[in-house]
Amino acid sequence: MRQLSETHLDAEAEAEAATTARPSTGPPLASALRPAEFARWTWRQLTSMRTALILLFMLALAAIPGSLIPQTAVDPSAVFAFRNRHPSLAPVLDRLGLFAVYTSVIFSAIYLLLMLSLVGCIVPRLRVYWRSAHARPPNAPRNLSRLSAYRRWETAEPTPVVVERAAALLRQQRRRTELYPAADGVVVSAEKGYLREAGNLLFHLALLVVLVGVAVTHLYGFKGSASVITGDGFSNTLIQYDDFSPGARFQPSNLAPFSFTVKNFHVDWQRTGPGRGTPIKFDAQLSVTDRPGATPYDYDLQVNSPLVVDGTSVFLVGHGYAPDVTVRDGAGNVAYSGPVIFLPQDGSFVSFGVIKVPDSVPTQLGFEGYFFPTGALGPHSQPYSAFPGADNPVLSLIGYRGNLGLDAGAPQSVFVLNKARLHQITGAGGRPRPLLLRPGQTRALGNGGGSIRFNGYSQWVRLQISRSPAKVVPLTGVLLAIGGLLGSLFIRPRRTWVRVRGEGGRTVVEVAGLDRVSGGDPASHVADLASKLRPPEHRPLEPVLQEAQQ
Amino acid sequence: MTQALATFNNHAIVAATVVYALALLAHAAEWAAARQLPVDNTVGERELLRVGAAAGAGSSVADDAGADGPGEVLERSDRFGRTGLALTVLGALIAAVGVVCRGLAAARVPWGSMYEFAITGSLAVAVAYLFLVRRYAVRWLGLLVTGFLVTVLGIAVLVLYRPVTPLVPALHSYWLVIHVSAAAIAGGAFTVGALVSVLYLARIRLEAKAAAAPKAPRTGFLWRAPSAAAIDRIAYRVHAFAFPLWTFAVLCGAIWAQYAWGRFWGWDPKEVWAFITWVVYAAYLHARATAGWQGRAAAYVALLGYATFLFNFVGINLFGSGLHSYSGM
Ligand code: HEM
Repeated sequence: MRQLSETHLDAEAEAEAATTARPSTGPPLASALRPAEFARWTWRQLTSMRTALILLFMLALAAIPGSLIPQTAVDPSAVFAFRNRHPSLAPVLDRLGLFAVYTSVIFSAIYLLLMLSLVGCIVPRLRVYWRSAHARPPNAPRNLSRLSAYRRWETAEPTPVVVERAAALLRQQRRRTELYPAADGVVVSAEKGYLREAGNLLFHLALLVVLVGVAVTHLYGFKGSASVITGDGFSNTLIQYDDFSPGARFQPSNLAPFSFTVKNFHVDWQRTGPGRGTPIKFDAQLSVTDRPGATPYDYDLQVNSPLVVDGTSVFLVGHGYAPDVTVRDGAGNVAYSGPVIFLPQDGSFVSFGVIKVPDSVPTQLGFEGYFFPTGALGPHSQPYSAFPGADNPVLSLIGYRGNLGLDAGAPQSVFVLNKARLHQITGAGGRPRPLLLRPGQTRALGNGGGSIRFNGYSQWVRLQISRSPAKVVPLTGVLLAIGGLLGSLFIRPRRTWVRVRGEGGRTVVEVAGLDRVSGGDPASHVADLASKLRPPEHRPLEPVLQEAQQ
Repeated sequence: MTQALATFNNHAIVAATVVYALALLAHAAEWAAARQLPVDNTVGERELLRVGAAAGAGSSVADDAGADGPGEVLERSDRFGRTGLALTVLGALIAAVGVVCRGLAAARVPWGSMYEFAITGSLAVAVAYLFLVRRYAVRWLGLLVTGFLVTVLGIAVLVLYRPVTPLVPALHSYWLVIHVSAAAIAGGAFTVGALVSVLYLARIRLEAKAAAAPKAPRTGFLWRAPSAAAIDRIAYRVHAFAFPLWTFAVLCGAIWAQYAWGRFWGWDPKEVWAFITWVVYAAYLHARATAGWQGRAAAYVALLGYATFLFNFVGINLFGSGLHSYSGM
């Protein structure tokens, strides 16, 4: 009973009586009184306003580390780099779950407790609200003049006339209105703003809807990504993904059987002015087949405009260059030919990549190096990229011979060359010999034979592919929450009383108002009502209320 | 043409800064003029104004109000105040022209960099304040608001200025326009709310002191502001306006993120801090209804909320990485 009376600011006991009614909580074990009492006490603590407040603070606090420490789910490569930079700190953070703050035990515990508290808070209030849905405005407190919003005057008009006018006026203002007989007169009691509590309840319930909706979306959805070189195709099966994170309830067999080919990809770059080199527009032309056997159709995939097939969405989230090379081995045979994905390192799109040629004889070949879309030489003749567009493509590689280590069993990244059993191909005198290539150029690989030709380049696109079933649920939840919030914050429950009684041949009129939430201004309402109720000859005397002006 | 617009934008923003600074001076003069004049402990200020130099109040005027009676002093103070308000309106109009020109010069909505955030955001603050002046007569906020505007625009002009650059493709979205507009308006209201809360805290301290020494003369401009309870009410209204709008802004941001990156919510640092701001302001609204947390404590919670909001726009833009770091810094 106690803590709910905290939930409303005005201490009008009678007004609270309805709201404070709480069902008895705790297990019905009469024999185990103390545990039962303890449980009840705990529950009451948990569902108190103060606990909700503290939990809200804790939630805010617990969210902070995730913005300062890289998160595995957000940016795995940043976590990787962080671990390398702080080898001694990382295990500690790991143990505290700080690389996955938003799925950590602490964070989850806080929001689950908050939700529990919310349910515990809402259910009794729902019941109370339900019961009060048809409540009539209550009779006036005995001493109206104790309320801060209060007016009193005397008039020669007979009592029933004033009562009639007051009731009509209050009804016209769409307040629930009730007449109560009183000593020597009548009380007109009116109330407005019943929907505020409804709005508040709706808001809190909608928060639950959002949470449940998000959970369902995660459980039954998936998120993955794939990099596709222009000209290549993608079909929606697990093996075609670079990474794939399914929700706990997602079945891979549910993957929609669509496929598409990336026919072309195009970037417009800003070429002049201070924003030179920023991308203005990307688009990728796809040819999409919704299901095996269906007629393919073209789709222009752009940022902010995903392709949607059977509830699965394909987003364009990144792009890069894929230099196209042909490698011949010592025997003169083509051991590799085709485009290789290089990863852009910065806004100039200088891109790093690795070419592995396991099929070459007599030894395997490997290359690593950089692709410069607009190659240029710096003051110390270091190459760099002067522009992200491919105006002057240059490929700079270092070659290796030996064993690529692919048979060792351990999975290898396609972007890392395992150099344990490789040795660098050097030039005269054993000096490192970078192979600088322009499109169409071929370089021989020196002793041991073989050559590499830079045929040109393709582009590749990074696609994020995801399915978020039931996403309308959290969306609806938020919209309901906002609606409820508006009702809750802008509807002001207000009680108004007009007491009219005869006294020595005159009629005494008292008007008083009481807000049930703070932030309102009942005084100006009462002043307004008073000025409308008084017969015209009295009105000029009305002083301007200071409160009314604020 | 673009160049001309961009240049015009710079001139307009500088001019607006100067006009705001003049408004600041006028409000400072407004405070200073009535500094020595005590507020009658019993009569409301409005009565005081109306009665003017007439009996009663006259006897309590401090000596160095010079030859002027309290009526003239108030008159003069009020004139300064009105001048300050007029200058603020003028400054906001000029700033609005500047913001529009910047948008036209860039052929997009003007919030692609910290500079643009600052000029657009401060315009939102000015508009929110002027709206409140019309609605609730909050001219007593003038000194704080113009001080804030001068500071922000000054920093924008001197430190943050960057030439116009195009938006990266992820920022081409209607949802982004709605998202940032809502966030800017909510931010303007949060700013005004924070300033009102500061005044509330100052005023409640003053009232506590006065309660300890009821006979002491009530001089100083702060006594001319409404009571702490009335200020608190305005603080609540401003925050109650801003909070649903912020909720809506976050929602639009999530929808935009879905279109741009294929996920509604990814705990990107900017998203994290938008969430934290939301939670803290929710805590503020709760605190106002929790025994022991009303009044001063709630005002501190509101200021904490504002601190998290500022951190998102300043801290994360400066230090942050992540998808949102398009601040051009
Ligand atoms: C999920 C966490 C919660 C959030 C984000 C939240 C948010 C809010 C907000 C923004 C308001 C102000 C708007 C309004 O009056 O409707 C509010 C009011 C309220 N909340 Fe919560 N709330 C949460 C949990 C709770 C819990 C657990 C309780 C129960 C103890 C509770 C009880 C109330 C009550 C009684 C009010 C009305 C206060 C008044 O009369 O002004 N809330 N809440």
